[in-house]
Amino acid sequence: MADFSDLPLAMRLPLAVYPWRRVDPVPWVPGSKPLTHARVALITSAALYRPGIDAPFEEVRGGDSSMRWLPDDVVPHTLAVGHPSHAFDRTPVDRDRNIAFPLDRLHEMVAQCVVGSAASRHVSFNGSMTAPGRFLRHTAPGIAAGLIQDRVDTAILVPI
Amino acid sequence: MCTQSVGLLAGAVETVGIRTVCIALVRDVARRVRPPRTLAVPFPFGAPLGCAGRPDVQLQVLRQALALLAHPGPGPLLADFRA
Repeated sequence: MADFSDLPLAMRLPLAVYPWRRVDPVPWVPGSKPLTHARVALITSAALYRPGIDAPFEEVRGGDSSMRWLPDDVVPHTLAVGHPSHAFDRTPVDRDRNIAFPLDRLHEMVAQCVVGSAASRHVSFNGSMTAPGRFLRHTAPGIAAGLIQDRVDTAILVPI
Repeated sequence: MCTQSVGLLAGAVETVGIRTVCIALVRDVARRVRPPRTLAVPFPFGAPLGCAGRPDVQLQVLRQALALLAHPGPGPLLADFRA
């Protein structure tokens, strides 16, 4: 996928008129800290959660604005996929959670000394939000505060 | 919607001093949302890191995303994945 013009017409039209929100002003933290000393957290919007431990994500109007912390030692293939959208093929993520939550890859990069360390926990939320206001007001500040508390300095955000 | 959601969250996280890099499945959405750093990938919805069971491709995406952190700024920075 690349641009709107690559999408099917039925999908393209609603996206063309949707009131996209924007980051303004655009913050910028200088990347002077070497990756080899970085503490990296993953943030996935695939609504992954631990069955039997975490509450499942809910299908609510505008999108579930909650989030789940996933510990760094979680086994990716044990996570359930709570993303409610039917707009994508679930086969890849059903087969390999790393496609949207590349925890095994992050651990490999730590082992290879490409990055310094993995965060003690990572973030999962439901990216299928047409009305992200509540998420931005209530959930995002908590995520940011938790990452600071965990001394994270780098985050990789992955949609699905 | 996911590309918008991660972009907006990246803005909130970067604002508190944590550098971020986003993967984007639709370049036009990243252009509108303007997260600080974005790697646009040519993969379909549901496969942001390319291929299930292909750790080599997944690592390639992550390495290119992390490479954007070396850019001096300012953002928004939007780069395309190179296979």
